[in-house]
Amino acid sequence: MSAALKALVVSRQSKRWEERLQAIVIHTLLLVGVAIVMIPLAWMLSTSLKPPEQVNQFPPVWIPDPPMWENYVRAVTIFPIPLLIFVRNSLLMGLANVVGAIISNTVVAFSFARLRFPGNKIIFLVMLSTMMLPQQVTMIPLFILFIKLDWINSYKPLIIPSFFGSAYYIFLMRQFYTTIPRELDDAARIDGCGILGLFFRILLPMAKPAIGIMAIFEFTSSWNWFLGPLIYLSKLETLPLAVALSYLRPQYRNMWPELMVVSFIAMLPPLILFFIAQKSYIQGIVITGVKG
Amino acid sequence: MGYVLISPWVVGFLMFTLGPVLASFGLSFFESDMFSYEFVGLKNYGTLFSFDETRSLFWKSLYNTTYYVFLSLPLVIGTGFLIALLLNQNVTGRSLYRVMYYLPSVIPTIASSIVWLYIFQPESGLINWFLSLVGIEGPQWLSDPKTAKLVFVIMSAWGAGGNMLVFLSGLQSIPTELYEAATIDGAGRWRRFRHITLPMISPTLFFVLVTQIIWSFQIFTNVYVMTERGTSVGWPANSTLMYVLYLYQVAFRQYRMGYASALAWVLFIIILLLTVLIFKSSSAWVYYETEVGGARS
Repeated sequence: MSAALKALVVSRQSKRWEERLQAIVIHTLLLVGVAIVMIPLAWMLSTSLKPPEQVNQFPPVWIPDPPMWENYVRAVTIFPIPLLIFVRNSLLMGLANVVGAIISNTVVAFSFARLRFPGNKIIFLVMLSTMMLPQQVTMIPLFILFIKLDWINSYKPLIIPSFFGSAYYIFLMRQFYTTIPRELDDAARIDGCGILGLFFRILLPMAKPAIGIMAIFEFTSSWNWFLGPLIYLSKLETLPLAVALSYLRPQYRNMWPELMVVSFIAMLPPLILFFIAQKSYIQGIVITGVKG
Repeated sequence: MGYVLISPWVVGFLMFTLGPVLASFGLSFFESDMFSYEFVGLKNYGTLFSFDETRSLFWKSLYNTTYYVFLSLPLVIGTGFLIALLLNQNVTGRSLYRVMYYLPSVIPTIASSIVWLYIFQPESGLINWFLSLVGIEGPQWLSDPKTAKLVFVIMSAWGAGGNMLVFLSGLQSIPTELYEAATIDGAGRWRRFRHITLPMISPTLFFVLVTQIIWSFQIFTNVYVMTERGTSVGWPANSTLMYVLYLYQVAFRQYRMGYASALAWVLFIIILLLTVLIFKSSSAWVYYETEVGGARS
């Protein structure tokens, strides 16, 4: 082997080593990050199974011995009102909001994406700018309005507004519609489809993935919603899970295993939805650029 | 027809957004417990800006919130950007990493708050155990006015995954030819980062900065859950009384609707001013591709 060739081989090998080293460094950093993200969750699961004497033990016990599965039964039945009632409230509120969001946003976004009318662009910009508005500015008059309408202590203020669409989802749906080629519109029109036919027969069926993303986002945000139910509802048995837990937490101070169980239950539905739909979920966030 | 189809949004906008925004501006000149309305002119604003803490906790809550925003902002954005940079290096298992890092953002705040509350327990908490491993005596965290706000700053970094996703998609949209050309021209790693990555990512950074400021000024749920003691929030000694927490207390515990509306409008204007400031400054540091002459050095 000539010297030049030897040098080339050596430099290639060192390059490969450099790449490998770089990959190791990157993965190490990323794994440290993942550990930091996951530790609170692992700690939650671990504590949820601990017998009482291991809860405040120092240094901490990571693997409960023996695991107390009965903590789970106790945690969901210990409260004066069964936890399942709150879960049901949250589920119903979430489903109603999903229905509202689908009905309103698919239609409004269709109009912005496909129909020409004077002011289309300007109205769309006004709509986008409402996303920047801090909700505190509307909170107080809305509360007074809902009192006047006698909607307080019902789910009406928490559900009905979603039937009027929201800027975030209209933007998401519009972005999706604009990726559907307009030639389809023309073909549909030639076949005698009116505007509504175009919407119901062509665009709506094609928009199923986007509708799915929107439904998941809306359900999750409704499930996680705190401030709204906190303001509008006051009877304990009518509360959704998120707010109910904040009422119950001070009463169960230091009952950490039970509190960890209910926290785990509260995060299960969003987590399950996220894992099922992770790919489109992440795509949806990238499209709108706004995160959760 | 177009108008008919957007009418749900228009009606909703007038009823649930524009109407209430104007109403709250009007209401800020009244004293009201929702049943009686008395016009008081600028009195609410006078009370609001008063430095007397028995009259107004505006400055206190603004200080707390600003403290939180300015510490958490670089932390959240920096962490998000760093992870995105790492993930952009063609790592295997990228989508799995992405899912893991985004995970905290889908968890309801109430649940993560309870878990963090436990982790920040001074005696038996995980954080102080970690600190004791490296020989540091952990602080009292939420029980000490000096460290209570830091808890929320640290928690905010946990949710950096959202920004990471936005940064990552920004990084992936940078044409690889730029890097190839620069490498041929002999630019090293640092120069490629400084003269290609940074300018090309600056519009994304701009966007993230604006949304993050708007969001973090409205911090509420985790502070509410973690600092509630009986009927008061913002414990200890109002050291965690954030702006929206104060507003909530004034509106829905004391029913001073006029004063609360004034608070809401002042918050709106603060956020608006900050946004305008970032927009104005953007011409100096955000690179737009339409610009002639390419990236500035």
